[in-house]
Amino acid sequence: MVSALWEGLLRALSLIVMRDPTLMEITLRSVAISGLATLFAALWSIPLGILIGLERFKGRIILRGFFNTLMGMPTVTLGLVLYLLFSRSGPLGFLRVLYSPGAIIVGQSLLITPIIVSFVANTLEAADPEIRSLALTLGASEMGARFTVLSESLDGVLLAVTASFNRAIAELGVALMLGGNIRGVTRVLTTSIALETSRGELELGIALTIVLLTIVGVVNLSTNLFRRRTHP
Amino acid sequence: MIELVGISRRYGEVVALSDVSFTLGRGELLTVLGPNGSGKTTLLKILGALETPTDGEVLIDSVRVEGRNMDVLRRRATVVFQRTVLLRGSVRRNVEFGLRQLDLSGDEVDRRIDEVLELVGLEEIADRRARSLSGGEQQRLSLARALALDRELLLLDEPTANLDPESLAIVKEVISGLNRDRGTTVVMATHNLIQAEELSGRLILLIGGRIVEEGSPDTFFHTPSAEMRRFARSENIYAGDSLIVDGVAHIDIGGGVNVRATFSHEGRATIHIAPEDIIVSLGVLESSARNSLKGRIIGVEEMNSVVKLKVDVGRTFIAQITRRSLVEMGLNVGQEVYITFKASSVQAI
Repeated sequence: MVSALWEGLLRALSLIVMRDPTLMEITLRSVAISGLATLFAALWSIPLGILIGLERFKGRIILRGFFNTLMGMPTVTLGLVLYLLFSRSGPLGFLRVLYSPGAIIVGQSLLITPIIVSFVANTLEAADPEIRSLALTLGASEMGARFTVLSESLDGVLLAVTASFNRAIAELGVALMLGGNIRGVTRVLTTSIALETSRGELELGIALTIVLLTIVGVVNLSTNLFRRRTHP
Repeated sequence: MIELVGISRRYGEVVALSDVSFTLGRGELLTVLGPNGSGKTTLLKILGALETPTDGEVLIDSVRVEGRNMDVLRRRATVVFQRTVLLRGSVRRNVEFGLRQLDLSGDEVDRRIDEVLELVGLEEIADRRARSLSGGEQQRLSLARALALDRELLLLDEPTANLDPESLAIVKEVISGLNRDRGTTVVMATHNLIQAEELSGRLILLIGGRIVEEGSPDTFFHTPSAEMRRFARSENIYAGDSLIVDGVAHIDIGGGVNVRATFSHEGRATIHIAPEDIIVSLGVLESSARNSLKGRIIGVEEMNSVVKLKVDVGRTFIAQITRRSLVEMGLNVGQEVYITFKASSVQAI
């Protein structure tokens, strides 16, 4: 077993070094899908997080609790719900998006929305309440003061986005149920790992796992470097 | 310049200010004196248009400040908070923040930054990360940030609290110089009687959100009212005979208590020890502080996050500690404690 693992690892490394076309294609597709999902999710989740974190309105606590709860949503549950919506006979069946990269993007962006919203709201709530007053007394407008609170909490926002991308690229349920693991179309890292392992193709599975972990590692490392560079 | 008419401010059940009225003339240096929790900070925030009063009105040059109009006052005043809040990045960037809100050329921005940093003695560390500065330097930076804007009205919340001697000297010099040379109107909130007497032109005593006395430093300190005397008593003020022994002043303040101080005055002296300079411990404290007195707690008064302990060591001393210390040390009335303070914390009035 250990030798199989070792052998798998060696062959995996050679696949990576040789830039195996299948491996490259799957990797790029994964990054593109999850990257777009993160980008879209950030577009609506960051403003929503700001709203919950900085403004005081009725129902804020409930909304906050709602997103906190959704953070723990199992990917297969979301996959199932969206599958029912997007399937031929479902209410959104006419869109014909099921088993397309678009479906995975929609699914993953919904999956990570609560993560970004909750992280951003949390960071802003934890920010020093006097920063807003400080910005105002130094001449910033109300909008400018809000922006200052946000930019002073940039670390937390960045962390929210990074964590979400990692969650998106590493999830299996949504990609499998909405994408269907179609070769050359919707096959991504996690779905191929599951497929190759079940087929006994351990070395490709291991190679894909190494790539996945490397991507997550590089993303984390570069955010850390960015944080250090911009805010020493 | 600014007139407050019947200002009250409530936060839910808590009344922070109640029926406060006064006028502030251009170029005045007004000190708002009062214990912690007396409403000083709220008053400054209202003057800086960061808070709106629940009742009453604020007039600037006879125009009422309200709603959209808050900007007018906000752009003529700036507040330096008691608790320093720094923006991330360098010392320079902190000063730059406010300047960037104005319509200034890049050169003018740089010139002003250099000027104010030099004024508060931070020019050498302009590129250091602001949050890595010492407490005193941080407070000087937050003063510099306000000075750079060159506003007509400067609102300072306890600008001299918890400062090292070097920072204290700089801050005091800057405040009085600013008022004298630039004609900036200054309102300073403090509970420190010494600074109040040294710096101000006019004084207001605020207790429980109400103005209980108003006048010149002369009347305040030489013919004090009952309220003023009561406030002064909560601030450890004692009279005694000072004798210099080996370069250290020994002041006999009665009750068998001998206080050591670093000043060189002999004979009759009035001294003040700030309650926050006194350390309370359960056992004898091994330290370089020259004053260590054993006593018993005779009173505990809680106010917001801090607690004032009345300790009887022959004379009654007030020590200010945090609520957390009170809980963690399990302090209570009747308990034996030691109070410790440095000779340099004893100031002559």
